[in-house]
Amino acid sequence: MSEFFYMGGYGGYIWSAYAITAVVMTLSIVLPIMQGKQTRKRIEQMLEQEQD
Amino acid sequence: MNKIYKWFHQWGSPPTFYKWSGQWLPWLTFFCVALFAIGLYGGLVYAPADYQQKDSFRIIYIHVPAAWMSMFVYLVMAISGAIALIWHIKLSEIMMLSSASIGASFTFIALVTGSIWGKPTWGTWWEWGDARLLSELMLLFLYIGIIGLYSAIEDKRKAAEAVSILALVGTVNIPIIHYSVIFVNTLHQGPTVSMFDSPSIDTRMLIPLLIMALAFKLFYGIVLLMRSRNELLWRERRSQWVKNIIKGDGT
Amino acid sequence: MNIFITILKRDLLLAVRHRTELLNPMLFFVLVIVLFQLGMRAKPAVLVTLAPAIVWIAALLSALLSLDHMFRSDMEDGALEQMIISTQPTSLLVLAKIIAHWIITGLPVTLIAPILGMMLGLTFDATQILFLTLLIGTPILSAIGSIGVALTVGLRRGGVLLSILVLPLYVPVLIFASQTVTTSMSGYPITASMSVLMAMMVLSLSLSPWASSAALRMSVS
Repeated sequence: MSEFFYMGGYGGYIWSAYAITAVVMTLSIVLPIMQGKQTRKRIEQMLEQEQD
Repeated sequence: MNKIYKWFHQWGSPPTFYKWSGQWLPWLTFFCVALFAIGLYGGLVYAPADYQQKDSFRIIYIHVPAAWMSMFVYLVMAISGAIALIWHIKLSEIMMLSSASIGASFTFIALVTGSIWGKPTWGTWWEWGDARLLSELMLLFLYIGIIGLYSAIEDKRKAAEAVSILALVGTVNIPIIHYSVIFVNTLHQGPTVSMFDSPSIDTRMLIPLLIMALAFKLFYGIVLLMRSRNELLWRERRSQWVKNIIKGDGT
Repeated sequence: MNIFITILKRDLLLAVRHRTELLNPMLFFVLVIVLFQLGMRAKPAVLVTLAPAIVWIAALLSALLSLDHMFRSDMEDGALEQMIISTQPTSLLVLAKIIAHWIITGLPVTLIAPILGMMLGLTFDATQILFLTLLIGTPILSAIGSIGVALTVGLRRGGVLLSILVLPLYVPVLIFASQTVTTSMSGYPITASMSVLMAMMVLSLSLSPWASSAALRMSVS
C-alpha cells in the first residue's frame, strides 16, 4: 500500500497533479450546483413578489 | 427534411431541452463515475510502469485527457458561437457561454499537470521555447479573455455576440497546438496516439487513457448540461414552463 | 476603391493635425528599448542576443498602446456609426483604418528600429533582417489589434481587457519574428520562419477586416 503512494519515488509529483485535478473538477461540479439552488431561490422569490 | 427541422426545432425548445437533459443527467453521472473509477484503477494500478519514466508517466492519465478536452471544448464553444451568431438559436448561445469556464479549467489542469510531469521527466517546470506549451498557454489566455469580455459588456445580448466573434477568431490556435508537436520538437514529446498509425504505446497503458478520455468527455457533458440548465431557467424565468417547474415538483 | 482612399486620407490627415498623438507610440518604442538597456546593463555580447526580442517587444507594446485611437474618436463623435450604416462595405473601411493605423504607428517604428538595433549592437546584416521582420510584422499587429479594439471600443475601461484579448494572437507574431532574426544571426536560413511571417501578414490583412467589422457592428449598435 505504501508502495502505491510512493510510486517509485515519484509519489509527490503524481499525487499533487491528481490532487490539483481533483480540486478543480470538484469545484467545476459544486459551483453549478450551488448556482442552481441560488437561481431557483431567486425565481421563487420573484414569483412570490409578483403574486402580491 | 421536414422531420429533421422538426426534431431540431423541438430540441432547441427550452422546456424540451430542460426536461430531456434532466432525464439524462443521472445516467451520465453514473457512467462518468464508473469510467473514472475504471480508468483510475487502470492508470494507477493496472498499467505497468514505463521503461524510461517509471511511474511518473501515470500523470498522463489526467494530463492528456485534460489537454484533449481543452481543445475539444474550445471547438464546441466556437461552433456553438457561430451557430448562435448566424441563426440566433438561444440554446447555442447558452451552450457556448456554459463551456467557457470548464474549458478554461481543463486548460489549467493540462498546463499544471504537464508542468508537474515535466519536472522529473525533463528536469524543468516550464520551457518558454516549446511551441505546444506556449500555444496551450495562449489557449488559456483566450478562455480568460472570453470570460472577461463577456462580463465586461453590460448588454448581455451584445456580450454574447462579441464572445462568439472572439471565440471564432481564436480558433486558429487549435490547429497550431495540435500540429506544433509534429513541426517543432523542442521539448514536448511527439504524438503517441494518432488516428491513423498504430500507437507507439503499450495497449495496457493505452486502454486506461482512452477510458479516462471518455470519462472526461462525460464530465464536460454533465457540467455543460448543469450550467446550461441554470442559465436557461434564469433567462426564461417569466415563462409558464419555468413557473410550473419551480412551483411544481421541482424536476 | 474610392471610399478606401477617402478613409485612408482622412485618417492620415487627422493624424497629421494631432501630431503629438503621432509621437507617442514612437517615443514609447524608443523609451522601452532604452529602459531595457539601462535596467539590464548587460555586457554587449549578451545584449546583442537579446536585441531582436527587445526591439520586437517594444514594437508590440507601442502597437498595443496606440490601438485605442483606431476607433475611439470616431466612435465618440458618431462618425463610426455613419461609416457602418453607409452602403459601403464596412470591412473595406476597416481595412483602410488598419492601413492608416500602420502608417501612423507601425511604419515609423519600423523606420527608426534599425538605428536602435545598431545601438543594441546588432550587425548590419541582422539589422536588415530585423527591419524586414518589422516591415512585414507590424501590419499584422495593426490588423489583429483592430479585432481587439473593435470588440472593446464600447467599453469604458477596456484597456486591460484589450491587452488580454490581443495577447494570445500577438505572441505567435512575436515568436516567429524574433526567431527569424535570431536564426539569421546564427547563420541558418530564414526562409521557413520568414514565409510563416508573410503568410500571417496576408491572412491577417485579408481576414481581420471581416471580424473587426462584425465586432464593430456589435459595439456600436
